[in-house]
Amino acid sequence: MKITEFLNDHILYLDGGMGTLLQERGLKPGELPERWNLTHPHVITDIHRAYYDAGSHVVNTNTFGANSLKFSSEELNSIVKSAIAHARRAGQESRGTQPKWVALDIGPTGRMLKPYGDFDFEEAVSVFAETVRLGVKYGADLIMIETMNDSYETKAALLAAKENCDLPVFVSNAYGEDGKLMTGADPGAMVAMLEGMGADVIGVNCSLGPKALVGVVRAYLKYASIPLLLKPNAGLPKAKDGQTVYDVLPEEFAKDVADLIREGVRAAGGCCGTTPEYIAATVRASAQTSPVAIEKKNLTCVSSYTHAVIFGDSPVLIGERINPTGKKRFKEALKAQDMDYILKEGISQEEKGVHVLDVNVGLPEIDEARMLERAVCELQAIMDLPLQIDTSDPVAMERALRRYNGKAMVNSVNGKQESMDAVFPLVKKYGGLVVALTLDEKGIPEKAEKRLEIARRILTAAEKYGIEKKDLIFDPLAMTISADGNAAKETLRAVKLIGTQLGCRTSLGVSNVSFGLPARDMVNGTFFAMALANGLSAAIMNPYSVEMMKTYFTYRALAGLDDNCADYIEFSSHAPQTVSGAVSEPVGILSAGEEYGSELQRAVIKGLKEQAAQLTQSMISAVDSLRIVSEEIIPALNQVGEGFERKTVYLPQLLMSAEAAKSAFEVIKSHLSGEKTTDKCAIVIATVKGDIHDIGKNIVKLILENYGFAVTDLGRDVPPEEIVRETLRLHAPLVGLSALMTTTVPAMEETIRRLRREAPFCKVMVGGAVLNREYADAIGADYYAKDAMESVRYAEQVNEGLNP
Amino acid sequence: MYTVYTKQYDSPPVDRREILRYAGIRGEVSELEILLDDCLLETLNKLSYRVCFCQFPLREEGDALDLGFAVTESRDLKRHLAGCHHTVVFAATVGMELDRLIARYGYTSPLRALMLQAIGAERIEALCDRFCEELQEEMKERGWKIGSRFSPGYGDLPLETQSVLFQVLDCPRKIGLTLNASLLMSPSKSVTALMGVSNEK
Repeated sequence: MKITEFLNDHILYLDGGMGTLLQERGLKPGELPERWNLTHPHVITDIHRAYYDAGSHVVNTNTFGANSLKFSSEELNSIVKSAIAHARRAGQESRGTQPKWVALDIGPTGRMLKPYGDFDFEEAVSVFAETVRLGVKYGADLIMIETMNDSYETKAALLAAKENCDLPVFVSNAYGEDGKLMTGADPGAMVAMLEGMGADVIGVNCSLGPKALVGVVRAYLKYASIPLLLKPNAGLPKAKDGQTVYDVLPEEFAKDVADLIREGVRAAGGCCGTTPEYIAATVRASAQTSPVAIEKKNLTCVSSYTHAVIFGDSPVLIGERINPTGKKRFKEALKAQDMDYILKEGISQEEKGVHVLDVNVGLPEIDEARMLERAVCELQAIMDLPLQIDTSDPVAMERALRRYNGKAMVNSVNGKQESMDAVFPLVKKYGGLVVALTLDEKGIPEKAEKRLEIARRILTAAEKYGIEKKDLIFDPLAMTISADGNAAKETLRAVKLIGTQLGCRTSLGVSNVSFGLPARDMVNGTFFAMALANGLSAAIMNPYSVEMMKTYFTYRALAGLDDNCADYIEFSSHAPQTVSGAVSEPVGILSAGEEYGSELQRAVIKGLKEQAAQLTQSMISAVDSLRIVSEEIIPALNQVGEGFERKTVYLPQLLMSAEAAKSAFEVIKSHLSGEKTTDKCAIVIATVKGDIHDIGKNIVKLILENYGFAVTDLGRDVPPEEIVRETLRLHAPLVGLSALMTTTVPAMEETIRRLRREAPFCKVMVGGAVLNREYADAIGADYYAKDAMESVRYAEQVNEGLNP
Repeated sequence: MYTVYTKQYDSPPVDRREILRYAGIRGEVSELEILLDDCLLETLNKLSYRVCFCQFPLREEGDALDLGFAVTESRDLKRHLAGCHHTVVFAATVGMELDRLIARYGYTSPLRALMLQAIGAERIEALCDRFCEELQEEMKERGWKIGSRFSPGYGDLPLETQSVLFQVLDCPRKIGLTLNASLLMSPSKSVTALMGVSNEK
């Protein structure tokens, strides 16, 4: 019988701990337990047999850490082969008469994925894939991915399993006392991602005893539509008379687990500290229990590495600003691969309160697939909002979906066969909530009924690909009322029809409705309100629009979605203060006797960000902006910089001034919009390969930008070839390299060597905690900058050398 | 048979002067106090304080010292553990979220990133102190005391010791702490160390 069929109407018993039992039998500290498959075959077989004797249907092979990071491929092959054979033999020898299966056990690699570790996602996939293929080759019945405490690594393992076998895949995560994975995911996020990718059974193991896991288990039961597994520890280890004992004994463990089986857990066993005795007790305690039916939850949701966003009664706001359409500055940023600009756009939308971020980086001149993948990776590294992957290029869509750490929103599919054939297989494979536009080969129908018809056809097609209704959200397309007075009415009717006739959720790109009209915000806000009243679940919108946010907060208060109107009250207390308002000034900031050249200079010197921006804004119409730079900002910066060099100003104060200066520059930049604000040279900066420290590099970048240099920041852990490539592309006369660890200085040296060979025109300055002047000379750098101000001095020197 | 224990702590008391010192400030700078408050508030619910540790008996083996999980020839470590009968090995981390915050502000405010970095440096030390104080109390009951912390990379103890230590303590599983190929820890605000255990008198 197939295990998935068995699960339909039985409780499935799993095995218990392996590591603790091996230690009792003499496994030494630091010894790799997987090797015991080869050196102590009888011990392993005995343990498996004891679990089958105790009533386990499934035992996990002793392959928790069996991967190519720890073993050579020959040894890995022998380990997996023997491990499966031991489990199989144990099943044959056991006196138990229950159906028995062997699970290929896969634990975490112990490495952190990029960007916070150095382990590449695709590398992780291929490491897991190798073990999976061996498991298939030697006859495992299922794959058990377990004790995963990082959502991204879990995804890599599940993807590897799905791409390399047709076996059932069980996925189990290890939660801390805070109810989250070590890297932050809560149960809702994991359920969304794992179900989306097609895991057969999901659940929870390790970390804690059964009582401490009740909260997590209940959260799984609330969200999951597939069977749930549970393998808790026997509580926590305690030292007692020189012995280690776990504080939950078999009978108590069994009772607690049986209680959770009665709440809906479908597959149960144990983890650290549990023994065959625990499993036997659990089987006894739940013998009279019939399995609880598993309900389809039909949740429409997306997730990030921390949490899920569910599309329900409360409207979901999708920030639309990461999109080059109609934005000159954004297009420039994309062409220059200026990730900072894109990331900042993401961060500020999050601060405005959106729930999901749309990410569109499509531009004819750039490699969209590469850019979209990069944008998704970098955004998800620094913020926890679920992303909406917005592209019409299936290649870009797949690359972004693959790297996405969660269940993404996918924008979009439509009623054209070609679109559905391209998008649905990706959604099926990687999971996702797909936005479906109600248009087809014939365009956008005028009448709502026709749009409903297209929606119906899309639903049917999705079903053929195995995509459920809950994973589609329809966008019946807002059209401008400036062209057709009835456009909004038809869209609103379509929202209502799709909701009531199909029972599906809807989303709209709201702002299209006002195209061509003045004061578009007002139209958008009211249209949004009307759409919500017709049952709209989500809007792709501009969170900087006060009207839209007003509608959002008032709607929630009026619709009974805001307890005690708390969010509304909070919003209203901030809402009216948009741009105007008095300059707020910290009390006592001006000490007596101090004199400054001007108010703006004072703001920069004192590090007052908002004030510096406002003062610049007020000056800009009257004073030439380049004069503001040369006569106000730079002298102020110089004053602070000199103080820093004399050690009367500390680094944080220098940064406060630099950030204030930067906010003034932002104002000037947007005023000039596109015109060149500087004639200083280009500088490429990077933290070298292998090094992930970038605070120092970021400081240098900020200060260099302040002084008007065109800085291209390649980020951290940058390979030499990339630095060379960019230096050549920009013909940059100066390259700044940073390294913080002795171990990465060789990478710096290598980078310099290659620059000398391939870009002999450039000077190289270096900095970082492990360097000094002698060391810098030894690795062939032109200049050692001990701090940010020194790097400015040297950059000025290089720049002047260019234009004598 | 050896057991790795794990502990999770609430936030240890904050030493503001120490944070400002890590940020490079040697005197009174009133305008930075506001920023510090703000950063502390932001990290309040983002840090976790986890430690895993294990105790081993020590045994001299000629010139080498058997640590119970590895044999070392490091003279500095041997000196550090002289007169001790056990060693406690531990790993501590304040978690991943701080790294994310620091990276995030790397884009929008290097000043804030610097301050968060300083907070992380102070927090991880405070966590280690807290753990050691507690351990000292437990040791006292047995008439034992613990010595100061000694980390891989100190003196002549090679940084490569990290790999063994991670293997023994099972750091990724116990506290979510990982080691990369260049022996760098992630989350970055983390510490591993050994301490000697000796008789009180």
